Amino acid sequence: MPENFEPTIVAFFCNWCTYLAADLAGASRIKYAPNIRVVRLMCSGRVDAQFVLDAFARGADGVLIGGCHPGDCHYQEGNYKTLRRVALLKRLLAQMGIEPERFRLEWISASEADRLKTVVNEMVEQVRALGPLRRSAVPSEAAEEVHA
Amino acid sequence: MSEKPRVAFYWCASCGGCEEAVVDLAEEILKVVAAVDIRFWPVALDFKKHDVEAMPDGDLTAAFINGAIRSSEQEEMAHLLRRKARLVVAFGACAQLGGIPGLANLYTREQILSAAYKESPSTVNEEGILPSVSTRQNGYQLHLPEFWKSVKPLDQVVQVDYYVPGCAPTPKIIQGALAALLSSEPPPPGSVLAPDHALCDECPRRDSKPEKLLIPRFHRPHQIAAAEDTCLLAQGLVCLGPATRAGCEALCVRGNMPCSGCFGPTSRVRDQGAKALTGLGAVIDSSDETAIEAAMEGLPDPAGTFYRYSLAASLLGGAVKRA
Repeated sequence: MPENFEPTIVAFFCNWCTYLAADLAGASRIKYAPNIRVVRLMCSGRVDAQFVLDAFARGADGVLIGGCHPGDCHYQEGNYKTLRRVALLKRLLAQMGIEPERFRLEWISASEADRLKTVVNEMVEQVRALGPLRRSAVPSEAAEEVHA
Repeated sequence: MSEKPRVAFYWCASCGGCEEAVVDLAEEILKVVAAVDIRFWPVALDFKKHDVEAMPDGDLTAAFINGAIRSSEQEEMAHLLRRKARLVVAFGACAQLGGIPGLANLYTREQILSAAYKESPSTVNEEGILPSVSTRQNGYQLHLPEFWKSVKPLDQVVQVDYYVPGCAPTPKIIQGALAALLSSEPPPPGSVLAPDHALCDECPRRDSKPEKLLIPRFHRPHQIAAAEDTCLLAQGLVCLGPATRAGCEALCVRGNMPCSGCFGPTSRVRDQGAKALTGLGAVIDSSDETAIEAAMEGLPDPAGTFYRYSLAASLLGGAVKRA
């Protein structure tokens, strides 16, 4: 692992809850790890699995999805769809050799700035401990050594 | 010299089904033979690599290449045909997306060689010999192509002008593709020569697909006796119709089997497997994590299900860490 490795975590936050929590954390001057790159979406249900895989493919070391607590979705059931989709995506990521700590779904309401801080700090530490998500096989890469 | 278009057919990492698909044109193949001049087709005609090398660059009108790229030999032939042909057509799911061979990208080269040459139950290989690029045998130096680390779709190796989808492409798709290529106004380069909408649009069970699709759990095809007149998704089978390009006329569904996605994505989707997962992941009728996990039992292999044909062309291209 390179020294001083700083993980990059792409965070998809919903407009109505988790993004507002991040806003509140800022307004309240709560300090947390600067490793997340926040993408605001209208709903966690908008997170296409392609977004998550694209983030990993482009060098993210982790992906965090933040949505409203169950029952609180601005669109009634977007977060439930996310919950089911994430369960399936976790199984896929395991097959793709991506450690479970690198992908996380959290319900964080607009008032839970402290919880946002805890979740981000915890995930950054876990991913830091894992090291960078290095691609062992880049599609355009030819074999260097010769056997077979 | 004949005025007819000169074409080549070639196979890379493929099963031979695409060659069979050409023969499956049945009597229509006579029209193909009448319309074009076949200059290279290893499976059917006795032309050799040196015959291709002897052609002037750009001499062939089109080269139809099926199969993915896994070895140095396949890559070399793809480059050779690219040089000799004015159009390169990726023919079939393997050339377009990596196909079934692309699933090997879940594993390392070493795992694959070990499984094939050491661990398989029918193999006796006490010395643990693996194929190697160069070997000395009885005073002769023998050479084999190099086995690359990953499977690649054709367009990751050479520029591809058109794609003919399918595992294998159906006679109707092949005829449509040939007609499009021979027409005075060929489609824009980069086109997939098939309709650009989802398979559900042409599915005979389309009207039975519920407006709001919710199912208690996934089933595997052998676990239930599927009704023959109802949307397979609504019956809990993992049908990739919503995430797959149309054009096959729902062949598998007509056989009461769910679509496995061989026609690849439509032009609006970058990663077919991820898109299928996104759509189908949400249909489980539960909000309880334990119940959701139980419902997923009928889907034991998400990578092999959603990326059956497109893993090598997916955003990740294969497993990031292959253990």
